[in-house]
Order: sequence, then C-alpha cells, then structure tokens
Amino acid sequence: MKILVCISNVPDTTSKINFTEGNTKFDSNGVQFVINPNDEFGLTRAMWFKEKQGATVHVATVGGPATEPTIRKALAIGADEAIRVNADPLDGYFVAEQLAAIVKDGGYDLVIAGRESIDYNGGMVPGILATLLGMNFVNSCISLEIEGENATAVREIDGGKEKLTTTLPLVIGGQKGLVSESDLKIPNMRGIMMARQKKLNVVEPVDAHSTTEDVAFDKPAPKGSIKMVDADNLDELISLLHNEAKVI
Amino acid sequence: MSVLVYTESENGKFKKNAAEVASYAYEVAQQMNTTATAIAINTGDSESIGDYGISKVLNVTDEKLKTFNAQAYAHVLKQAAEKEGAKVIILSSSTDAKYLAPMVTALLKGGYVPNVVAAPDSISPFKVKRTVFSNKGFAHSKLKSEIKVIGVSNNSFGNKENKTTANVAAFSPSLDGNIFGTTSVEIDKVAGKATIADADIVVSGGRGLKGPENWGMIEELAEVLGAATACSKPVSDLGWRPHGEHVGQTGKPVATNLYIAIGISGAIQHLAGVSASKVKVVINSDPEAPFFKAADYGVVGDAFEVVPKLIEKLKEFKSQST
Ligand SMILES: Cc1cc2nc3c(=O)[nH]c(=O)nc-3n(C[C@H](O)[C@H](O)[C@H](O)COP(=O)(O)OP(=O)(O)OC[C@H]3O[C@@H](n4cnc5c(N)ncnc54)[C@H](O)[C@@H]3O)c2cc1C
Ligand SMILES: Nc1ncnc2c1ncn2[C@@H]1O[C@H](COP(=O)(O)O)[C@@H](O)[C@H]1O
Repeated sequence: MKILVCISNVPDTTSKINFTEGNTKFDSNGVQFVINPNDEFGLTRAMWFKEKQGATVHVATVGGPATEPTIRKALAIGADEAIRVNADPLDGYFVAEQLAAIVKDGGYDLVIAGRESIDYNGGMVPGILATLLGMNFVNSCISLEIEGENATAVREIDGGKEKLTTTLPLVIGGQKGLVSESDLKIPNMRGIMMARQKKLNVVEPVDAHSTTEDVAFDKPAPKGSIKMVDADNLDELISLLHNEAKVI
Repeated sequence: MSVLVYTESENGKFKKNAAEVASYAYEVAQQMNTTATAIAINTGDSESIGDYGISKVLNVTDEKLKTFNAQAYAHVLKQAAEKEGAKVIILSSSTDAKYLAPMVTALLKGGYVPNVVAAPDSISPFKVKRTVFSNKGFAHSKLKSEIKVIGVSNNSFGNKENKTTANVAAFSPSLDGNIFGTTSVEIDKVAGKATIADADIVVSGGRGLKGPENWGMIEELAEVLGAATACSKPVSDLGWRPHGEHVGQTGKPVATNLYIAIGISGAIQHLAGVSASKVKVVINSDPEAPFFKAADYGVVGDAFEVVPKLIEKLKEFKSQST
C-alpha cells in the first residue's frame, strides 16, 4: 500500500495572531510553525500502517522553502520520502489541484489529510482532492482500518459517530481519535539524523487557479470586562443570565 | 438564477440549523434581486421552511438517500444547482455539511468559503466575512469563481422570519453510476440528546473536576438547562469523557448562546475553540485562572460546592418561570 500524507504547515496553537501590510496579510513574524495537529494524527496512523502492514509513506506539502523544517520533521517521525510543491498555497482549490497531480503521478492508494488546517480552517482540501480524483472520501475520520482493498472507517457526526465501509483508493480527512494522544511521536535523534538522508523532492506547481482570495483581515473586538458573582449569591448569577444576558 | 440552500433534516423533519441557513439564503437572494430555493432530502414538512423566506423547495424523496451519504448528496446538490441555475449555494456548518460542501464545490468547479459569520460584505464582487485562525481573527474573502459555495457558521446569523409561501416541487435527481462511495454500517448516537453543534447552551467540565465519577453534577446541570455536555482536551485524553465531547481548537468548535466552563483553566487552545459563544460563564477555584479574562460572568469557588447549589437554584428558577 502506498500512502500519501498531506501536511499543512501552520502556526503553533499558542501563537498570537496578528496581521500586517494594512491588515491584508498574516504576520508570521516571531511565529513558530508546526505540522498541522490533524495531520500529525494522520501521519502517526500512517506510521502504524508502515510498521504493521508494510506500507510506504510519503508526505507532501504545497508551500515555499520556509516549510521545509516542517516536512523534515515529518521525515524524522518516519515518513520515507517527501515532496514539496514549490508554490504559495493560494487557496484550498489550488492546493487540492496541486496534490491531485502528485497523487496521480505517484499512484497512491490512500491519501491521509486532516479534517482542517488550524490556520485558515478551510476544511476543504481533502474533499476537493477526492472529488477531483474520483476517489472515495471519509471526513472527520477517527478510526481507519485497511484490509486489502477494503477500508473500515469511523467518522465523527454531530452527537455521535458513524461506522462506514469503503474501498481504496481512498482519501480521508483525519482528526484526533485516529490514534491516541500517547502514540504521537516526537522525533528522536536517530530519526532526525536519518531524515537528512531522505529524499525531499521539490517540484514546480501545475497550472491551476485559486477561486477565493482573502482581501482583508481583522481581529475580534476586545472583550468587555467580566462581572464577578459571589459564590454565596448564585441568585444574582441566574438573574444576570435571565435579565441581562437573556440566555436562560 | 435563484440562491440555493441545503436545508438538512433528520428523521423526516428539518434540523434546527435549517432555519438559519434559510434566513441567510433569503438575505443573499434579496441582495441579488432573486429568490431563494431550498433543496430538502426526505423531509416531510418541507413547506414550513417558507417561514424563513424560501419561496421554492426542491423536494427529494428517495429511499436510497435515507441515510446521509456525502458523495451521493453532493451529486444531488450539484444537480439541484444546475436545475435552478443557482450560482450561490448555502450550507450550514454541521459535520455533514462540512463533509459535503467541498465535494459540491469540486463537482461544480466553484469556490468555497466556510465559517461565514455575517451577510455578504458585498455582492459584486462577492465578499463575505469568515472566522480564521480558530476565531483568533476574521478574513474578508472574495469569491472569484462563477459558482460560490458558502458555509454559514452555526448561530452567527440567526433565524429571521419572513413568512413566504413555499412552492414545493418534487425533484428526482439521477443517482446512477458509482456515486455512493461509502456504506454506512452503524450509527452510534443518543437520540433526543442535545449536541454541541445545535444546543443553545453547553456545559463543559475540565480537569478541575478531578475524575469521571464527578460528572454526575455536570450532566445534571446540563439537563436542568437543556444543554449539551462538553469537556477540555485533557479530560478526553484521560478517557474521563468521550472524544466527541472535546472542544477547542483541536476539538469541536462551540458557538452557543451560553457556554458554562467548570474547572477549566482557559488555555489559549481551549479559548480559541469556544470564543464564538455569545455568553461565557466561568466557575473556577483559582481567581487567577486565565478564563476569567475571556468570560462575561465569573464565580470564584469550589465547583463541588458551587455546582450543586447552582443546580438547586436553577430548578427553583425553572419551576417559577413555567
Ligand atoms: C497542540 C495542542 C492543542 C490543544 N488543543 C486543545 C483543545 O482543543 N481544547 C482544550 O481544551 N485544550 C487543548 N489543549 C490543551 C491546553 O493547552 C490545556 O492543557 C487544557 O485546555 C487544560 O485543560 P483544563 O483547563 O481542563 O485543565 P487544567 O489546566 O489542569 O485546569 C484545571 C482548572 O480547574 C481549576 N480547579 C481545580 N480544582 C477546582 C475545583 N474544585 N473547583 C473549580 N475549579 C477547580 C483549576 O484552578 C484550573 O484552572 C491543546 C494543547 C496543545 C499543545
Ligand atoms: N498547503 C498544503 N499542503 C499540503 N497539504 C495541505 C495544505 N493545505 C491543506 N492541506 C491538507 O488538507 C487538510 C485540510 O486543510 P484545509 O482545507 O486547508 O483546512 C490539512 O489537514 C492537510 O492535510
């Protein structure tokens, strides 16, 4: 089985978010970039398929040279090879078209992407990718088993979960649950050394266009001050929620 | 040329979010000088969506679509959009809608903007406001493609009544070819229980509650309020609560009217995921807990004392107000 894990390079979850150039660009100054958390779960599941079922695991990202430390980290975690499409990820459609070209060329059976990137929260690359390729697709995937051509997946639904069966070739949008938190791997020294020898292929983008464009950004209005209620006066809390906030 | 909106249903009835997306579609249709058409699948009470400005419903009744199937539903929406000549397609932010929307977008070669929180900034160019960076910012996004797919954030636009007579027309899309892709084998969902996605109130517990055995009072509080229950990430990692209850940046987003956080410190990743809620109440024994800086109402106190008292008082309040 040949697996492609799609990696999106995103600001660390603790980052403060600022905008620059007259609020038209995200300000990456001082921001630490990491593997998108949803992709880290997916990559870890891919490593399981490699160890237990002899799968080959490649990772791909669409991004400029600045994304290479993040891809190296994926190699250090254990991916066999990496591909970087040398282009700015203009929007989800554009990224999906780039990845579709990689998947076609590489003949992958399983594409593991994340449910969403925590930067722009698009949640669209895997669904567009699957549809462009005519591959099956399971989103918000929290469990995945493969046997031959057959896949059994569990996806989260509002208020519960749903078990699905499907067949390869398959794209998933993965998230927490795909592996348990304690299985997440921090690259060790040996992994980091080995990653240096692994192939990181840089390819130029295929002809594609974006369909959306962020023209301006702004930040949420600062929070008004909090009203404190004494723990011995909960009637007041109920009264505030009823009369002032009108939520109960 | 109408605006098309996918109004979701469950067990033959519209889901709660149908009213909000319909209201949104009507607003867009008004701005575009056209009408709003809903696509409803296996819904018994389709004409009722007219209350929110919808003047036409494409009503699909098909046993094969009884259980949600993203790929097949995407094909149904595509055909509905083509039939109506719709250039703008509106969906909710439910898990199913977020599964479906990118597929519809790709089938129609359009553009998709999710997490939209307000009526369009402008129609020409088509520009909408959405949340980005897990609620830490907003983007104003322009859709450049002819077909525009919009995902409306839960509880952001609200339900706006506009009594209209909805003309219900049967619609029979073609389901030929291999368009199902996946087969549902088991759905595990508690019927009738409020979910984080559609509840007006969410009651959430953190590590401050010490252990799963103490969740009885959280559930009771939720029950009194008709609320859904949620938790912080470590609580689900520790297996105290199911993963589906984990809220925050890497869990489920919460955008309710009222979010009550009990024994939750208010880490940046937690706040990012819940900050779209309109009113936040924090109960925490540590007056320095960061959550107090991000909330509307706060109680400093031991949850094991405050919560049982609050339950009693709320029960009194409820019995008086009914
Ligand atoms: C990549 C990444 C992603 C993450 N994503 C998320 C996410 O999506 N959601 C999320 O929640 N977290 C997330 N986290 C974890 C986050 O950083 C915090 O660790 C977590 O939110 C803390 O959970 P907590 O508030 O329940 O626990 P704690 O931080 O341990 O806080 C417990 C709180 O309970 C209070 N308390 C203790 N006893 C009592 C009592 N008797 N009565 C009342 N209060 C009491 C304490 O004062 C304290 O404030 C993420 C972390 C990382 C690194
Ligand atoms: N620039 C990118 N390069 C590679 N994969 C990406 C990129 N952007 C998004 N993805 C993948 O698509 C998933 C969903 O991303 P998004 O649609 O941007 O929210 C991510 O979790 C990644 O797996």
